[in-house]
Amino acid sequence: MWQKRLPAWLLPALAAMVVAGTALAADLSTLVANLVAGGYGERDAAITALAVSGEARAAPILQALSAGELYVRTADKVVVIGKGQGKQLALTDAVSGKPAGTASEDDLDRVKINNRLRGTIEAAMGSLTLMNPDPRIRLDAANALFTRRDASSLEALDKAMAAEKNASVKRVMAEARAAAVLASDAPETQKIEAIAVVRDRGDADSLGMLQTVAAGSQGELKSAALAAASSVRQALAAWEAAQNVWYGISLGSVLLLAAIGLAITFGTMGVINMAHGEMVMLGAYTTFVVQQVIRGSAPQLFEMSLIIALPLAFLVSGMVGVAIERTIIRFLYGRPLDTLLATWGLSLALQQAVRSIFGSSNRDVGTPSWMAGSFHAGQIDVGYGRLWIVVFALLVFVILMLVLRYTPFGLNMRAVTQNRPMAAAMGIRTPRVDALTFGLGSGIAGLAGVALSQIDNVSPNLGQGYIVDSFMVVVFGGVGNLLGTLLGATALGIVNKFLEPYAGAVLGKILVLIFIILFIQRRPRGLFALKGRAVE
Amino acid sequence: MNLGSILRTSLVAAGLTVGAASGAFAQSGDTIKVGILHSLSGTMAISETTLKDVVVMLIDEQNKKGGLLGKKLEAVYVDPASNWPLFAEKARELLQKDKVAAVFGCWTSVSRKSVLPVFEELNGLLFYPVQYEGQESQRNVFYTGAAPNQQAIPAVDYLMSKEGGEAKRWVLEGTDYVYPRTTNKILEAYLKQKGVKQEDIKINYTPFGFSDWQTEVAAIKAFGAAGKKTAVVSTINGDANVPFYKELGNQGIKAKDIPVVAFSVGEEELAGIDTKPLVGHLAAWNYFESIKTPINEAFIKTWHEFTKNPKRVTNDPMEAHVIGFAMWVEAVKKAGTTDPNKVIDAIIGVKVPNLTGGMSTMLPNHHITKPVFIGEIQADGQFDVVWKTPDLVPGAAWSPVLEESKNLIGDWTAPINCGNYDTVAKKCIGKGK
Repeated sequence: MWQKRLPAWLLPALAAMVVAGTALAADLSTLVANLVAGGYGERDAAITALAVSGEARAAPILQALSAGELYVRTADKVVVIGKGQGKQLALTDAVSGKPAGTASEDDLDRVKINNRLRGTIEAAMGSLTLMNPDPRIRLDAANALFTRRDASSLEALDKAMAAEKNASVKRVMAEARAAAVLASDAPETQKIEAIAVVRDRGDADSLGMLQTVAAGSQGELKSAALAAASSVRQALAAWEAAQNVWYGISLGSVLLLAAIGLAITFGTMGVINMAHGEMVMLGAYTTFVVQQVIRGSAPQLFEMSLIIALPLAFLVSGMVGVAIERTIIRFLYGRPLDTLLATWGLSLALQQAVRSIFGSSNRDVGTPSWMAGSFHAGQIDVGYGRLWIVVFALLVFVILMLVLRYTPFGLNMRAVTQNRPMAAAMGIRTPRVDALTFGLGSGIAGLAGVALSQIDNVSPNLGQGYIVDSFMVVVFGGVGNLLGTLLGATALGIVNKFLEPYAGAVLGKILVLIFIILFIQRRPRGLFALKGRAVE
Repeated sequence: MNLGSILRTSLVAAGLTVGAASGAFAQSGDTIKVGILHSLSGTMAISETTLKDVVVMLIDEQNKKGGLLGKKLEAVYVDPASNWPLFAEKARELLQKDKVAAVFGCWTSVSRKSVLPVFEELNGLLFYPVQYEGQESQRNVFYTGAAPNQQAIPAVDYLMSKEGGEAKRWVLEGTDYVYPRTTNKILEAYLKQKGVKQEDIKINYTPFGFSDWQTEVAAIKAFGAAGKKTAVVSTINGDANVPFYKELGNQGIKAKDIPVVAFSVGEEELAGIDTKPLVGHLAAWNYFESIKTPINEAFIKTWHEFTKNPKRVTNDPMEAHVIGFAMWVEAVKKAGTTDPNKVIDAIIGVKVPNLTGGMSTMLPNHHITKPVFIGEIQADGQFDVVWKTPDLVPGAAWSPVLEESKNLIGDWTAPINCGNYDTVAKKCIGKGK
């Protein structure tokens, strides 16, 4: 092996490299100049050249290029890195790293890149950032190298793995190394070991890699790859089912929020409220107004804007609900067709009112940072926004159950639902209970609007998309029964999400509707029917 | 008389006065009326409201130059509310009641198909500014938006090229109506001609206003993890785009891994979303606000002054209206009258400047010549042009990759005078003049 005796040419070669090293510093300016000159094709080669140069400045320069922060100053053609908000940017000289004053964006020409160059930069950065002090950056670099399957990164990975202390980063580096081995000309035994490592990673990228290896090889390697691929495929199928269950729960939570208010009003008073979707819409617009106020006068509260909007949305929708009950619904008890028509007309009037006040185009409701992005649980992607909405829906459900069970108002409400004349005879003021019940149902719809503003467009038509779904859930789950609404919403959500990958979104919805129609033929009262003498 | 009947009669009286006043208003003065048929509410309002505003501005600017044929132009706009049958009703109202000389309108192909019979019956003129699926060349319609060979095909060519990432697997994601269905039919045939296998093409449709994109985006991610470079061609229309892009950002689909090229997403649709996670995703258009030419800068300046909003963006369908309006004005001047038949004859061959430094010509098939640009989304909601066609591309009404249309051309000049003329059988298989 070469380690036994240092060859004679080594020392002069090292000396030459030191000389070349100082020459390289001068070359950095050339490398950077090549980076900014030419078209996308030349830039590609220049990026790779800069990455393999071994320059310390290579990583920050490539980082800036990738983030769109590398500029050429129009006045003197100096290449700079510009950071900052708005028009004025703080500049550092790209080659030396020293501060270079400030400039407005108009005096700078951004060095442009396209998707292909972004990929090249990421590959280059992967090898450069494997030794970065931040473990997250090392993890990202290792993951990027895994998907790249680049045989040439083997050396860099071996070096990084030897120095790695963090167990999870080391595991991903091992996976990236296995991918590199599979892409290289290593002997079959090494490749079969690598297959086992890739199989253990078990995600969709691994499956693709194993399938490519199986397609391009024969004999023992091929059978090993095929076996690994099929085991990953089975695992992924199980994860996909779990993912669909999660999506179903998430959709179910949205349906639950929208429908639970309707379950109360429909259940207690037998009133078909076609304006229920507009209560949701009012809640969403309340969130928009709250965010506008916060953006204008107290921007630091933006993260809490949804929490602040919740009680306000409840009040706004609740008060509108009470007003509707007192002015319109009260006169139409016992006349279901008339209530249907009246509330339908009311929904149109509310939509137009919102359109006149806020304009007919969609309003932008921002997402606080704790609701953006997603995390991995095994092979499932769980979105933070959706997770919080599920938690919120369950919270609303539990609070509502507690209100119904343990408060005097809840007691009155249940009494009126079960037997109205008897409740009136017991001294309960049924008109007041009716108004407050309607207000409660509408208020909860307002809360639903706050949640929906995060996942759907806030427009005057927002409610239209949820009114049919809400009625579906209430009818399926059992009118007036909260538990039925919960189970009905979850069941419908999961069924919808399991159908969607096979039947598509449109056909999936149709099939769910047909299923509910057939179900109602069998059980007209829904899943959990309310029992009571006076219940119709 | 009781209160109720007094109320009733006064309401009726008020209604009559308003009706009479508006009737009188419609016939006031000696003006040429121009109709605007764009949704100002509903799922398409996000895209169409700005088009109504730009036509009003163009009419304003033309009036400043002295109007047309010595008369002032008057804008008449209606709100068909993203309701396709209502488009036909409103078109009839514009042509019959308001007697407009030309209509600038429609976005979705279903709205255009709904109004076609009305324009044929009443011999109106429709300037249609939006990219569409082709397979049409009507006598009463001028297509100032892109045909598939001016947008969809060049976009796919770019993604297949080395510059674009050499995509081998394709997801065609569209809204469920005629434009995405026909465009995807054309693209599927084109991809297969280029050697892409059926299992490498995935086509999926969702309804208008669709908001729960979790499953669809996860399916795209899974399809793209098979080891071959995957690209998504999106014909999603309207405000369903907003939750779609949000979900792409949420699930971490980066443009350099799975690029999404959209045909109906421009500066206007991006104005309401945080575009930082979307940097690198693409759109194919014939115009971008970020293209620096003197004529474009002047247009943007006029637009900002007109809307009193320096942040208001401009986009491709707006440029199409600028071109269409200029061509209509030229044709009316050439013909000396607003009579539809004379304008239809006069407008062929009319040349006006476009906003990206070239000239646009009206062709015999009622399409125009346009350059094609591919742009990448930037963090500020603008686009960066990464590729463009070297020359202007003439719009082809009929796609050469589909069996049923490969021999067809549209030609509304004598002697052919037919929208679907079979060049092999040498006869007009459609309506003709």
